[in-house]
Amino acid sequence: MAPAADALAHLTEISSQIDAAVVLDREGTVVAATVDDDRAGRMAGAALELFRRADEQREQELVQLDAALEGGSVFVVRDADRLIAATTRAEPTVGLVFYDLKSCLRSLGEAPPEKPKPKPKRAPAKRRTTTPRSRTTTRKKKDESG
Amino acid sequence: MRAGKALAVGAALGSAAGAIFLRRRARSRDRVELYYDDGTLVTLGKGEPQAERLLAPARELLGAARG
Repeated sequence: MAPAADALAHLTEISSQIDAAVVLDREGTVVAATVDDDRAGRMAGAALELFRRADEQREQELVQLDAALEGGSVFVVRDADRLIAATTRAEPTVGLVFYDLKSCLRSLGEAPPEKPKPKPKRAPAKRRTTTPRSRTTTRKKKDESG
Repeated sequence: MRAGKALAVGAALGSAAGAIFLRRRARSRDRVELYYDDGTLVTLGKGEPQAERLLAPARELLGAARG
């Protein structure tokens, strides 16, 4: 299973309040979702639009938001390069949902890349065939006398 | 008999009024909370123009999740 899908599966397993969730990048591309592709695409589009509009409200950087609606609540949390959007039933435990969503994003950040590039192999070191520069030789002392 | 009918009508009207009241109260609770990196929390309630701009995509998101 891909790390993002794995993280979402874990999220829905630990949080009974979350009905649906989608992970997307900053351009709105779906990375993983708990719903089918069509719904995930629509969720991602709406979540990105919501987050962008909310981010325009102030100069400070928006990190997370929640909207309480008649039939349920929606949450959007961002990290450096991803967003996670989730929906819950009405009147959820807001702090707990944020905590679970942030943990999910953090686990994605920690996950190793899916296909790590193989390290370039180093050429085997060549054997030195040169002779040492200095040799200690024992010379016979010239006979000074003769 | 007449009193019974009046009681039934009264109860029906009362429950309808109660349902309308609860529905309006739930609607009026629509709000958005924004959390910024400096720790600021901004709450926008229904009726504020800024909130309406955000509640529309939020409803769309909730509707998309539920198919």
